[in-house]
Amino acid sequence: MELKKAGISGTLESSDVMITLEPGNGGIEIELTSSVEKQFGDAIRKEITSTLTSLGVTNARVTAVDKGALDCVIRARVKAAACRAAEVEYAWGGGSQ
Amino acid sequence: MRKISLKNIPYLEELHEVNKVFNLKKITKNTRTLAEREVHHNKIVGSLEEAVHRVGLQNGMTISFHHHFRSGDFIINMVIDKLAEMGFRDLVLAASSLTDCHAPLIKHIESGVIRRIETSGLRGRLAEAVSDGLMDVPVVFRSHGGRAGAIEQGDLPIDVAFLGAPSCDPYGNANGYIRDRDEGIMCGSMGYAKSDATHADKVIVITNHIVHYPNTPFAIPESDVDYIVKVDEIGDPAGIMTGATRFTTNPKELLIAELASKVIFASGRFQDGFSFQTGTGGASLAVTRFLRDKMIEKSIRASFALGGITGSIVELHEQGLIKKILDVQSFDLRAAQSLRDNRFHQQISAGYYASPYSEGTAVNQLDVVVLSALEVDTGFNVNVLTGSDGIIRGAIGGHPDTSFGSSVSIIVVPLTRGRIPCVVKNVNTVVTPGKTVDIIVTDHGIAVNPLRKVLRQRMIDNGLPVFTIEELQKKAEQLVGIPKPIEYTDKVVGVVTYRDGSVIDLIYQVKQ
Amino acid sequence: MKQQLRRTMLYVPGNNPGMIKDAGIYGADCVMFDLEDSVSLNEKDAARFLVYEALTSLDLGDKEHLVRINSLESGLGLADLEAIVHTGKAVIRLPKTETPQDVLECEAQIARIEEAAGLPMGSTKMMAAVESAAGVLNAREIALASPRLIGIAIGAEDYVTDLKTTRSEDGVELLFARSAILLAARVAGIDAIDTVYSDVNNEEGLRKEVQLIRQLGFDGKSIINPRQIGVIHEIYTPTKKDIDHALAVLDAIQEAERKGSGVISLNGKMVDRPIVLRAQRVISLAKESGVLKEGVYAQD
Repeated sequence: MELKKAGISGTLESSDVMITLEPGNGGIEIELTSSVEKQFGDAIRKEITSTLTSLGVTNARVTAVDKGALDCVIRARVKAAACRAAEVEYAWGGGSQ
Repeated sequence: MRKISLKNIPYLEELHEVNKVFNLKKITKNTRTLAEREVHHNKIVGSLEEAVHRVGLQNGMTISFHHHFRSGDFIINMVIDKLAEMGFRDLVLAASSLTDCHAPLIKHIESGVIRRIETSGLRGRLAEAVSDGLMDVPVVFRSHGGRAGAIEQGDLPIDVAFLGAPSCDPYGNANGYIRDRDEGIMCGSMGYAKSDATHADKVIVITNHIVHYPNTPFAIPESDVDYIVKVDEIGDPAGIMTGATRFTTNPKELLIAELASKVIFASGRFQDGFSFQTGTGGASLAVTRFLRDKMIEKSIRASFALGGITGSIVELHEQGLIKKILDVQSFDLRAAQSLRDNRFHQQISAGYYASPYSEGTAVNQLDVVVLSALEVDTGFNVNVLTGSDGIIRGAIGGHPDTSFGSSVSIIVVPLTRGRIPCVVKNVNTVVTPGKTVDIIVTDHGIAVNPLRKVLRQRMIDNGLPVFTIEELQKKAEQLVGIPKPIEYTDKVVGVVTYRDGSVIDLIYQVKQ
Repeated sequence: MKQQLRRTMLYVPGNNPGMIKDAGIYGADCVMFDLEDSVSLNEKDAARFLVYEALTSLDLGDKEHLVRINSLESGLGLADLEAIVHTGKAVIRLPKTETPQDVLECEAQIARIEEAAGLPMGSTKMMAAVESAAGVLNAREIALASPRLIGIAIGAEDYVTDLKTTRSEDGVELLFARSAILLAARVAGIDAIDTVYSDVNNEEGLRKEVQLIRQLGFDGKSIINPRQIGVIHEIYTPTKKDIDHALAVLDAIQEAERKGSGVISLNGKMVDRPIVLRAQRVISLAKESGVLKEGVYAQD
C-alpha cells in the first residue's frame, strides 16, 4: 500500500487515538504524544509499526495523539488512516491490497 | 471584710494552691455593655503581621493549616506569602491536606521559607514538583487519623495554627458557616481544624466575617484561640465545594455502585441500626442512593453515617433513614447547611473521627465503609496517593483509618481507567495494607480477601460475581496489556506513614 | 444447549472506542455494535475497522454480538458485510428491511463471503429490522425468508414517521406493527425484538412499555443505555409462583417418563405441549436472571 496524501483517523476522546499518516521516505517515523507514554509508549509505537508493516506500508510519517487506546483501537485507526491516505478500499480477508 | 491570716489554716502546707489573700484593690469592675466590649475588648489584631509578631513565630517552627476550603483555599498562600515577606525561613508546613491551588508554595520551598511538609495529600503542580525532587527533606504523608494521633501524642507538635474560618466572634468562637445568613463562604464542618486548635501552642483565626458574640454552636471555642485577623477574602466558594457531589449518570459508575450496594446487602451487616461511611468519587457516592431504596424497602434505619458528608447522606438523614451524622468534613453546600440546621448532624474533630489511640474513635464503630482507590493489588493493598505514572496525585485521607476500623471495608474501583489497569500485581505505593481491606468491587466483578472466608461465602451464596483477586488482575492485563514499570531515582521524595506513625512505604523521585 | 436469551440488545455506537471497550460489562443479553445511524457518513470506514478489530481481539465471553450494518442500497452495506462476516463472530442485523428480497440479497452476499473466507456455510446468522409500513405488512414473508434469521425487530422511529404520526406514551400507534412482527416471528419460529425506548431518564415509562411488550409476547427489546437493563431484566424475571409451577410441570414430565406413560398430568390436569414449552421458558429465564441456580434442574 502506498500513501498518496495525508490520512487522518480517530478522535481525541478518552480511549481513542488520533492517527495522522503522511507519505514519508525514511521508513516509518512516529511522533507520539500519549497520556500513558511512560507505561505504554513503546507498546503503542510497536503496534503502529506492525500494523503499517502488515499493510505493506514501509515509508510513512506518523503523528499519533493517544488518549489511552487499546491495541485493537490503534490497529483500527492506523488501518483507516492508511486506506484514506492511500485512497484504496480495504480488501477484507484478502490481505492488504 | 474579715481580716484573714493564712497561718490560721490547719495543714496549710498540704493545700498548695492556697497561698494568697484576697485584695479588693486588684478588682476593677468593667461596666461596659456587650456591644462596647465587643469593640474595645477583644482578640482581634490589626493585621496578619501583627498576629505573627504577637505569637512569637520563629524560624524552624511548625505551622499548621486545615483543608476545609479545598481547592478554593486562600489562607495557606496568603500566610506563607506574608511569612516570606517577613523573612521567615525553614518552617515546617503541617497542613491537614494540600491541593492544586497551592502551587504557589513551590517558590517558597525553592527560596527556603518552607523546609519540609506534612500533609494527607498533594495534587497538581506542587505534587508534580515534589515528585520531581523539589524538596531536600521528603514530604511526610499521614492519614487524617494518623495526623490527629500524632498531634495528640506530641509527635507532631504545632507551634502556630493559622485557621481560616467563615465566621468568628471577637473572642475566637469560630465556625464553618455564618449562623444567621445563607451567604459568604460556607465550608460546614471544621473537623480537621478542631484538632489543631486544641493542641497547637498558639492559634490565629483568620476570618472574613466577624460576627457578634456568642458564635454558637462553634467549631472552635474561644478558649483555644489567641488572636483573630480579619481579611477581605479567605477562599473561593466555587473551589470550596468542588468536592461537588451530584448524582452520577455515568453507567459504569452506577454499575459499580449497584454492585457495591449488593455486596453490603449480602455482607450480613445490613441490619437495623447499622453504621456506614461512603467516600467521595462517583461510584462511592452513588452507593448511598442504592442503599436508600433498600433501607426503605426493608424498614432499616442506620444508627449513624460518618466521615466526609455529602448531600446524599443528608437526604437520608432528613428522611429519617439515618439517625445521626458525624461530620468531620462537609463535601457540599447541602451538607454544610444541614450541619447548621439539623440537631443531630454533629461536627466532630479529626481525633474523634479517626484517632488510632482511642477505642471509642468513630471509625472503630463503623459496620461498613465504601472507599475509592487509584490502584489495588493482588495482596489487597490499596494506593490512593500516587498515579500509575508514579507521580503523587492524591491524598491518604481517612482511607487506612476507616479500612482498619470498619467491620467490612469495600473498595470500589474500575478494573481499568482508559488503558491504565487499576487491579495490579503490586501497587506503586501502599497506603492501606491489604490485611485491613475486605472486598474489592469492580465493573468486572468482585474479589473478597481470602482472610474473610465467611464474607466470601456470603457473596457466593447471594449470587454475586465473585472472582479471585488474581483473576481480576489477569482480566485487566488481558484487556490493556502489561504496562512498563515506572523508573525511579534513588531519591526519596515522600514518606508514607500508617496510622501509628510507622513508615509503610516510600515514594521515590520519578526518572524523567 | 443453553437457550440464547435476548431480553436486552444493547446498542453501542460503532465508532466509539470507550463504549465498545465497556460494552460487555453491563450484563445485557446481547451487544449490538452499530455501523448505521450512530456513525456519521465520513466515519463509516473508521467504524467498520474499529468494530472488526474489537470483534476479533476483545474477549467477548459467550455473549451474543450483533452488528447493525448499513443497508446494501446505501452503497456501504457490502463493505460492512465483508468486514463483519469475516470475523465469524457476529449476527448481522439488517436495517430497514422492506421485502423478503432484501433478506435474500443480503443472504446471497453473506454466503459468497462465507465461501470465499472458508467459513462454514450458514454459520453467519441474521436478524431483520422492520422500520416501515411496507416492512410491517411484509413481516411474515421477511421472517420466513431465510433460515439464517434468528429474529425480527421493529424500529419504531422511522415506522411512525411513515405512518404520519408520532410515538405516544401508551404506544397505541405501534400496536398493529408489534402484533404483526410478533406473529411473523412466531410463524417462523424466531425471536421478536421490540424497539428502543429513548427517554433514558423516564424509568416509569420504560417499565410500562416493557410490561406491555412482555405481555404481547416479545422476547426482548433493543436498548440505548445500560441503565435500562436492570428494569427490563427485572420485568422478564419470572415470579416465584411461575417458577414453582414450572418446576412442578417438569417434575411431572420426569415422573411420566419414569413410568413410561405417554400422558403427563399435574394435579389431575393434563399437561400438554404448550404448558411444557411455557414451563421450559420460565425455567430458562429464571436461571438466566439468577433467581434459580444452575443445576437445580438438570434437564438442560
